[in-house]
Amino acid sequence: MPSYVDPEKCDGCKGGDKTACMYICPNDLMVLNKEEMKAYNQEPDACWECYSCVKICPQGAIFVRGYNDFVPMGGQVHPMRSSDSIMWTVKFRNGNMKRFKFPIRTTAEGAANAYLDLKCDNLDDEKLSTEKDLPSPDPAKLAK
Amino acid sequence: MALPNKPLGELPAVANPEIAEHECDVLIVGGGMAACGTAFEIKKWAPADMKIILVDKASMERSGAVAQGLSAINTYIGENPIENYVKMVRNDLMGVVREDLIYDLGRHVDDSVHLFEEWGLPVWKIADDGSNLDGSKPAPKLTEGGKPVRTGKWQIMINGESYKCIVAEPAKTALGEENCMERVFIVKLLLDKNTPNKIAGAVGFSTRENKVHVFKCKTMVVACGGAVNIFRPRSTGEGKGRAWYPVWNAGSTYTMCAQVGATLTMMENRFTPARFKDGYGPVGAWFLLFKAKVQNGLGEFYANSDAVKDELEKFMPYGASAVTPTCLRNHLMLNELKAGRGPIYMATDVALNAFLDAARASGKDEKEVKKFWKHLESEAWEDFLDMSVGQAGLWAGMNIEPENVGSEIMPTEPYMLGSHSGCCGIWVSGPEEDWVPTIDGPRSHQYKWGYNRMTTVDGLFTAGDGVGASGHKFSSGSHAEGRIVAKQMVKYCRDNAGFTPELKQTAQELADEIYAPVKRYLEHVGKSTAADVNPNYCKPAGLMMRLMKATDEYGGGVATYYMTSGKLLNICLDLLQMMREDAELMAAGDLHELMRAWENYHRIWCVETHIRHIEFRKESRYPGFYYRSDYPTCDDENWKVFVNSTFDPETKEWKCEKVNCVNIIETDPWI
Repeated sequence: MPSYVDPEKCDGCKGGDKTACMYICPNDLMVLNKEEMKAYNQEPDACWECYSCVKICPQGAIFVRGYNDFVPMGGQVHPMRSSDSIMWTVKFRNGNMKRFKFPIRTTAEGAANAYLDLKCDNLDDEKLSTEKDLPSPDPAKLAK
Repeated sequence: MALPNKPLGELPAVANPEIAEHECDVLIVGGGMAACGTAFEIKKWAPADMKIILVDKASMERSGAVAQGLSAINTYIGENPIENYVKMVRNDLMGVVREDLIYDLGRHVDDSVHLFEEWGLPVWKIADDGSNLDGSKPAPKLTEGGKPVRTGKWQIMINGESYKCIVAEPAKTALGEENCMERVFIVKLLLDKNTPNKIAGAVGFSTRENKVHVFKCKTMVVACGGAVNIFRPRSTGEGKGRAWYPVWNAGSTYTMCAQVGATLTMMENRFTPARFKDGYGPVGAWFLLFKAKVQNGLGEFYANSDAVKDELEKFMPYGASAVTPTCLRNHLMLNELKAGRGPIYMATDVALNAFLDAARASGKDEKEVKKFWKHLESEAWEDFLDMSVGQAGLWAGMNIEPENVGSEIMPTEPYMLGSHSGCCGIWVSGPEEDWVPTIDGPRSHQYKWGYNRMTTVDGLFTAGDGVGASGHKFSSGSHAEGRIVAKQMVKYCRDNAGFTPELKQTAQELADEIYAPVKRYLEHVGKSTAADVNPNYCKPAGLMMRLMKATDEYGGGVATYYMTSGKLLNICLDLLQMMREDAELMAAGDLHELMRAWENYHRIWCVETHIRHIEFRKESRYPGFYYRSDYPTCDDENWKVFVNSTFDPETKEWKCEKVNCVNIIETDPWI
């Protein structure tokens, strides 16, 4: 289900150093044509349909069209992602529509605790920095 | 010139790239769940002056297997004894596993899950009335006694669209953004010039500018996932991208470590998951949360038939477990398909309507039933929308509403991985604990040699898909394993403080090697009028198709229902030999194509190890994943052993050997 770019909406991220879709695509597929100032998917048959580009595009310019070797035309799945939830619109080939909203995060972006001040020193056991216990197998359950 | 004879991409490659040389103590290669675990953990142990660099082929926010999100965390021990986790993994992987690594993983994994929830990952909970609450509803956290929604013994449900973004954020913060290099693809590891079998660096290139990066380091973790697009996929057009596992995983972990002499283990193992046909949407929630069953084309729920029970009897003790091992479930499905009783359906309609009937039977009125249905429908679609949107797109295109009609399921093309229900990978040291067996002999036979998760090469560590013989880690376990490695690498640096890495080749020699496909392109592109058809070079896209055709036809792909033989495997090895030679003739006109060229080198090597191992193991250990027609049974008497292989970087020779498999956890009862 390769992603495609609506040329009416894409502004090439205004010629910034990195376009959002190019920044995010895990498979290096989204590229910017600097003459046209439009992005495109340079290798649709390597697209995992992960929707990372669709979700991140600030212009809402990227959509997905089902893989042409097995998906009949006419359906569409499209998200609107905010900082705490995502709303999906599923349009069926026959015109039926469904909408679903799911939470995606319970904390503010940037608020995840990296435990910058946590310093540990006993390198010679197997306990990790935020762990309290280090279990061992129950001797009664060891192989004889 | 109107001829199409020009580089494909927007970033043309040049013959002589800029070279950047970096020195650090620790190099983290990869940016997925395992590497994020390492990045989060390492500075808590490292002295302030320790230089640590992470290098990711993509952007950490959406890289690796969790890029798209997940609808469940598949390993959370919680209330279960860790010993039972070991037993489950051991049985699912047909007995040949490293129980030390699995137990060790099991004792660390929950701490990572607790961190994920603290960082903001919504975890479903069970409400007081027994209903499911999504992860944004007020409820006690797991660490506060909150009860997760279990689907089976080990999995918990999440609202996981942003799982990777949430995990990458504190990883980057902890390591420092300035120490994270994105869009740099590491393609080769480098041994020390002075000390044999010791890692000293790595080399890669930017996919954004013409620049080769050469790293010197004292220690390194390589965690770049498994291998995808190594066998011909069922969809060979646009749908080739809709791989079940992330299509950008090119076997880099296994190949790069093997090339410097790291011993591999169980490379014969593969995973051919049974998934919703074509869209490859997950089936776990349908089986475990919605209690759906599979039906053959005759409408029979064949899984509980007497014939199936008799078939499972052939694979004892593995076939006796309440949850049949994944490969044997495939085996049963393949028997139906081969007998012409396909297609196989997930009876989503039967399952969902059973819930509605139960709701009505419990006295709910139609309004309440409707509300219940809205929730149930939402849960069903979220399973796809969180982690496999394409499956939702296929349902939309096909007008499939799961309450009205079942959907076809099908075993996919083979994948290689070590973190899901597969266990190929690299042979590593277990933890320094007295319950881990001490074994004489070379490292390739031992269970521990001082640094947990270190490969047989000094200073070279791996995690996640990289660690072999220890499957069922999934996302959470991979993160935990990355954390284990972090601490061990700091310990290694402390113990090897006097080591100064020195490379065998100059930076310029390395850059010339990395950019060889570009030089070849520039030299020869003018010798034909079409850039992709040239007698002097081959393009990465074509070579990948050649690889996938050979493995599919001779290595037990979907073309033969996963059947192969010694004869076919040796033909495959001959074809791979020529492919390895022709890979030296690959050409790349732009930076994206250069990435594809190096991914292909990695794929070809990685598949060769797979074929060599299957050839060496004279039995069929994983019926349903692959079969050898010449050794069709699972032969515990002779082959309940690891197959380990080592490539000697000096002599260029491969050595495959049998290695004893030790049971650490009791075998009676087996489960």
